[in-house]
Amino acid sequence: MAHALEIEGLVKEYRRGQPVLKGINLRIGGSGVTAIIGPSGTGKSTLLRCINRLIDPTQGAIWLNVEGRRTDLSTLRGRALRASRRQIGMVFQEYNLVERLTVMENLLTGRLGYVSAWDAWRRKFPPQDVQNAFALLDTVGLGDFANQRADALSGGQRQRVGIARALMQRPQVLLADEPTSSLDPKTSVEIMSLLREQGRAQGIPVIVNIHDVELARRFADRLVGMSGGQVVYDGDAAGLSDAKLKQIYGGEDWLS
Amino acid sequence: MSGATLSSGRISTPFRASALARGVSGALLVYTVYALSQLNFSWPRFVSGLDRGAHLLARMFPPDMTKGDILWTGMVESMQMAVLASVLGIVISLPLGLLGARNLMPQPVTWLARAVVAACRSLHPVIVAIFFVKAVGFGAMAGILALMVGSIGFIGKLFAEAIEEISPKQVEAVRATGASFANVILFGVAPQVLSRFVGFATYQLDSNLRNSTMVGIVGAGGIGGALFSAFQRFDYGFVCTILATIVLIIVLGELLTNQLKKVFHV
Repeated sequence: MAHALEIEGLVKEYRRGQPVLKGINLRIGGSGVTAIIGPSGTGKSTLLRCINRLIDPTQGAIWLNVEGRRTDLSTLRGRALRASRRQIGMVFQEYNLVERLTVMENLLTGRLGYVSAWDAWRRKFPPQDVQNAFALLDTVGLGDFANQRADALSGGQRQRVGIARALMQRPQVLLADEPTSSLDPKTSVEIMSLLREQGRAQGIPVIVNIHDVELARRFADRLVGMSGGQVVYDGDAAGLSDAKLKQIYGGEDWLS
Repeated sequence: MSGATLSSGRISTPFRASALARGVSGALLVYTVYALSQLNFSWPRFVSGLDRGAHLLARMFPPDMTKGDILWTGMVESMQMAVLASVLGIVISLPLGLLGARNLMPQPVTWLARAVVAACRSLHPVIVAIFFVKAVGFGAMAGILALMVGSIGFIGKLFAEAIEEISPKQVEAVRATGASFANVILFGVAPQVLSRFVGFATYQLDSNLRNSTMVGIVGAGGIGGALFSAFQRFDYGFVCTILATIVLIIVLGELLTNQLKKVFHV
């Protein structure tokens, strides 16, 4: 089976000669959770943002396979780029909801790649999108919040809306950039299980950047350890020994 | 050695800045005194002026209430001018403000948009009104155009700055869904700036109401023309009526714009 995402030799330099990503090779498919762990500043976020091109890669290819069609995301521009972005859902650390819009409007934002500006302005979304949005709100446990403004929600509720917004796209890949870093431990666990469940339910891979190694071990089917812009571990939770963690994060005082 | 120079430099920095500030304050003071001596701005003239001012005020009473039709026509025209100029000015300012926002548009585009807005702002509405009276002739049309230009200069700049202050995270999230540029503006940008835009727009309406009573002095329509000719005829009773009506309209306008803001949840 073809992998949904194939990253080949990905390099990103913000400044010439100072690569943040130094040739990343990854193939991600199936419907499991892939957790990317590693110290701050090692390029985890850059990697995720290169995939949906919020950041432009310097070198390498990122292949997206959708229903037998193979597209190199790294070279897309304009309309073709927007069409491919519709296939990739993204969940953000600080939720990035549009604060002054309602929960329902935030969910429908996930369909903006499919509606014209005239329809978007009049909030004329296809009825099945609205139905789907209500169903998703029930799924994430916010059925009664459709007409609340996003800025009235708690952190955990906001992240649920963020996940529902990404799922509204009916994506082929779900990216999550530190989705639990702004949340308390209990809510973090809830958000991680929601991501895992939804990945399985939609049959899509979920790629999560995460600081919390324990949380990663608990929820991820596959762990990718990054250090200094390179992949230094790729395997399951059982294989992630203290020696490997030391290699990823450096030092050992924090391991105990 | 160089370390010592650096640390001593750091210690004396606040004192040096203070000396500069004192120098500037001193220069300002000297210039103020010089300007006073040049322009014959003196206390005795002010005192004798008070006397004449009181005389003028006394002649304003009782207010002349007999010219209702002139007052009515003039005020209605002024208000129509203000509303039209505000609406048209805002409609033109919206795209100009967007084009001038440096976080969304390429550099050259923002320069052009900002240049247009700055040009509109550089001259006072009364001076612009003189140009338009020469171009399109006496009457409300010249006044509306003049007030429009002023509105674009003012709110075009405020719109652009409001757009530049939005949170990029919300925009990024909308962009990540594959939304077109227009949809990113509609769902990512507009909700963040709408309430501030309404605030600016109502402020501009208020400002245009006041200015619309003034451009008439140069023949650009509205109550200003009647006010100016009443002054020239020494018809101070009517001047009083006109001024009182203008104050009333401005206060009513204030109440109206407050209601408008409530409607838009500002």
